[in-house]
Amino acid sequence: MLTNSFVLGAAAAHSGVNWGDIIFQLVMFIILMVLLKIFAWGPLMGIMKQREEHVAGEISAAEQSRVEAKKLLEEQRSLLKEARSEAQVLIESAKKQGDIQREEIIAVARTEADRMKESAKLEIEQQKEKAVAAIREQVASLSVLIASKVIEKELNAADQDKLINEYIQEAGDKR
Amino acid sequence: MHHEAPIVTFLGLQFNLANILMITIATAIVFLLAVLSTRKLAMKPTGMQNFMEWVMDFVKNIINSTMDWKDGGRFHILGITIIMYIFVSNMLGLPFSIVVDGVLWWKSPTADPAVTLTLATLIVGLSHFYGVKMRGAGAYGKEFFKPFWFMFPIKIIEEFANTLTLGLRLYGNIYAGEILLSLLAAGLATGVGGTIAAALPMLVWQGFSLFVGAIQSFIFCMLTMVYLAHKVSSDH
Repeated sequence: MLTNSFVLGAAAAHSGVNWGDIIFQLVMFIILMVLLKIFAWGPLMGIMKQREEHVAGEISAAEQSRVEAKKLLEEQRSLLKEARSEAQVLIESAKKQGDIQREEIIAVARTEADRMKESAKLEIEQQKEKAVAAIREQVASLSVLIASKVIEKELNAADQDKLINEYIQEAGDKR
Repeated sequence: MHHEAPIVTFLGLQFNLANILMITIATAIVFLLAVLSTRKLAMKPTGMQNFMEWVMDFVKNIINSTMDWKDGGRFHILGITIIMYIFVSNMLGLPFSIVVDGVLWWKSPTADPAVTLTLATLIVGLSHFYGVKMRGAGAYGKEFFKPFWFMFPIKIIEEFANTLTLGLRLYGNIYAGEILLSLLAAGLATGVGGTIAAALPMLVWQGFSLFVGAIQSFIFCMLTMVYLAHKVSSDH
């Protein structure tokens, strides 16, 4: 009786095969599989897939924002660089312009000074000339006056004759 | 130790009512376990959802170890259902068995060769079905003549041997475990001294049966995937 228990099929050692069990097992298993697919595994797989997508999406979003941040940083950096160089250029040009302006101002001042000097010189010259002319006139009139006075005093008849003769002589020689 | 089975004949088919009962109970437990643990699904899994996701990943790894996920993804649900159903079935007969008037009512459904061979036949049948469906009848048929044409009879025998070993391995392990449990419980524990003497080996053997039941459900699922991969993958 004990050994009989170990014999294969002892549990089914009645008469023939339990086809009913077999069919029942088959049907129950298939029903179980279908029901679980609908009620358990399907939703579970759905949520797992959803999570997978969520994680993948988050990762790609993080990646994207990282790239974007990097790009922005790069942009900011280049902008800063640009601004710095621009400021440098501005300072340079301002310096240059200042130099030019200084030169210009100096040149203008110099020419102005020259011109003023020239005009002053010119005026001095003119004044001098005018003064000279006035003196000359004065001298001429004075000399004439003196001459007339001298002549009035010195010229007598003899001298007058001599002078006239002299002139006549001279005029005759030249001919 | 041999108990009678409650056999009835209905529509010309023999039904073992104990099997019917235990199959129904195992199915119900698996169904309730799965459905209750997936009622509140969340992106951040908690409690039983974690466990179920672990089972899914476990089966997914089994499939991935035998074939491409492209081919094997469709067997995912089959694999999870099989591993859970067989594990629950193996566990059912462990804590106790119920015998009413010499008729064994409560046992593991997998301690019956008819049940295990049904599952094995289902698996092998599915492997042939998917072999034809996914690779075409020509490629499927050619597999029987590879690497040499005279291997054909061996290949045919292999198919039946696969079915038999797949079913009988499970049956043998679980049935033997239950026989020993009932031997310890009924044969040894007859007096006070016997009960005390039987307690320790009972405990040890129940622990071992727990291990065997888990391992057998894993092996069954693994071999299912191996047989399926054998038929549906063109490179093996």
